[in-house]
Amino acid sequence: MQNAFGQPQTITVLGGTSEIGVAIARALVSPVTRSIVLACRDIGRGEEVAASLRDGKVAVDVVHFDAADTGTHATVVESIAAKHGDLDVVVLAFGQLGDAEAVAVDPEAAAALTHVNMTGGVSASIAVANRLRRQGHGSLVVLSSVAGERVRKANFVYGATKAGLDGFAQGLGDHLDGSGARVLVVRPGFVHSKMTTSMKAAPFATTPEAVATVTVRALHSGRRVVWAPGIVRWVFMVLRHLPGPVWRRLPLG
Amino acid sequence: MADVVDVLRSEVAATAKEAGERGALVRGLGRSYGDAAQNGGGLVLRLQGSASDAVLDPAAGLVTVGAGASLDDLMRVVVPRGWFVPVTPGTRFVTIGGAIASDIHGKNHHVDGSFANHVEQITLLLADGSTATVSPTDDAELFWATFGGMGLTGIVLSATIRLLRIETSRMSVDTQRVGDLDTLFATMSEGDEAHRYSVAWIDLAAKGRHLGRSALTRGDHARLDELPLRLQADPLAYGPRQLLSVPPLVPRPGVLNHVTVAAFNEFWFRKTPRSRVGEIQSIGSYFHPLDMVGDWNRLYGRPGLVQYQCVVPFGQEDVMRRIIEQLSAAGVASFLAVLKRFGAANPAPLSFPQPGWTLALDMPASGPGLGTLLHRLDTMVLDAGGRNYFAKDAHTTPETVRRGYPRLAEWQAVRRRVDPLQVWQSDLGRRLLLAAD
Repeated sequence: MQNAFGQPQTITVLGGTSEIGVAIARALVSPVTRSIVLACRDIGRGEEVAASLRDGKVAVDVVHFDAADTGTHATVVESIAAKHGDLDVVVLAFGQLGDAEAVAVDPEAAAALTHVNMTGGVSASIAVANRLRRQGHGSLVVLSSVAGERVRKANFVYGATKAGLDGFAQGLGDHLDGSGARVLVVRPGFVHSKMTTSMKAAPFATTPEAVATVTVRALHSGRRVVWAPGIVRWVFMVLRHLPGPVWRRLPLG
Repeated sequence: MADVVDVLRSEVAATAKEAGERGALVRGLGRSYGDAAQNGGGLVLRLQGSASDAVLDPAAGLVTVGAGASLDDLMRVVVPRGWFVPVTPGTRFVTIGGAIASDIHGKNHHVDGSFANHVEQITLLLADGSTATVSPTDDAELFWATFGGMGLTGIVLSATIRLLRIETSRMSVDTQRVGDLDTLFATMSEGDEAHRYSVAWIDLAAKGRHLGRSALTRGDHARLDELPLRLQADPLAYGPRQLLSVPPLVPRPGVLNHVTVAAFNEFWFRKTPRSRVGEIQSIGSYFHPLDMVGDWNRLYGRPGLVQYQCVVPFGQEDVMRRIIEQLSAAGVASFLAVLKRFGAANPAPLSFPQPGWTLALDMPASGPGLGTLLHRLDTMVLDAGGRNYFAKDAHTTPETVRRGYPRLAEWQAVRRRVDPLQVWQSDLGRRLLLAAD
């Protein structure tokens, strides 16, 4: 159960080695937090992250989770709840950027990326939503991206997966209305992280910690969609409405 | 969210059978400040009731009443007949069942103890569908475990309560302004025993040498000869009314912030007479001032309010001072902070009151920062040998409960006996792992 101040007792990160996901978990930790669960494919890396989170008070558990293996999602979610109790906040943080040039022309690579980001995201979200609906409370945080707001030619496969996931997550949140469970869609702009080290930073670039701060605030105020940093909402409102010929000519990486 | 179903007393057993893995819980008037009467994903039964079928035994001073009736219902029946409820909290809008589940206390705890001290017997619906009538002599363990048991031992169906004889429906009230906390401790320690009721309203916005300045009100049921002549004609007249109601138009963040609360508190303190003795007040205005304002909680806006109530033993006044200092320094906007002295505890393992000073306050549910401040206060309270009140709790942890209520295991043993399959569940129970060890 979260308490009256929105402080969760259990925090679960699907994609438990994601820098943004872990930053959100870290920002949510309070004196009432009992456990953090990092669900990830690479247990070794997960353990390293777990070690950095352990402070003697909060139990940090690493469990195996593969976004691509959709058949296991319901079981993984149920086993986490069975061990740690009600899921208060679940962060869906996994996702691959992929090699934009390769996926633009390679059908298999494009399908694989889409499978993880979109199919895996949908499957895991529904597994979580079923649990939250049964317990009558809890929040699912879905990490979307501004890349899905208007898909750019430079990374259109990735952008399309985020556009799909974003639309799905909003619909899921609406579908959960009245159940006590909620979905928060987080749309970060360019975030400095291991996923983007090789890339040139875009304007209004932010950090995992800043995204986490915005997310925690949005969870507390009960918002359904939040942008990080806030200004990218207005930037993309303009970009979204640019005429196609102008949009295509923009030097957007 | 939970499925909320209104049920009559005769239907409770059948409806409770429909509870699934998330269990069932009964809710009274839903006035608990935290999640005591919430059951996410489960079933919540609202027991309907009134005091119209209450049975009053004037010779013994006992009333038997359905647990769905409120203290308001009950008082409207018994006060005109010359009886008063033995314990009333700051609102009449609590049910008998809720009063038992939280083992509520009032301004008379230092003299009369809490609600459990005045109950002869209760009838419970147990998890297996059977009913049991228990008392301090018949299954005393279950009787006491139910007081303060937060509805997790069974559903209280009815109770037999010892009433207090009164000559009039009025209170004779002494009021005085107290300039600081030390004077307040001293004044209450000396004078409380001379009055049945005593409570101090504290201005939490005051700092420095004014820290803890307060309005101390102490009262007793007025005797007939104390009433002015115009009231003596109908000394037991009783008809409390709601004077006004807060419309649903309060701006989203509410109107209670540090500025408005400090201004209100200043006004309230100045309005309090320096010293006034024997003022005649109605039951409503003395005990239940907030009940005169309907939907007052709307003043807190969309985020709502939280309550905090703790008790620290006598001799730990410096801890209480530090708690008040921290709340005051943090700028907690509370217009309703009260301090009172508790008397002896009763045998119920989870009953909150124990001898000492208790502080209760309302505050806007501002955000995680306040949660962390309250957690710090919890530690100070526990280190001093005190504890928190479940009925008000909305923030604390299972560890805090285990330190504050060392007899939890005793209660859990009773719970395992009467509800081995965990039919009765609540969000508070899950959050604090009450039934878990």
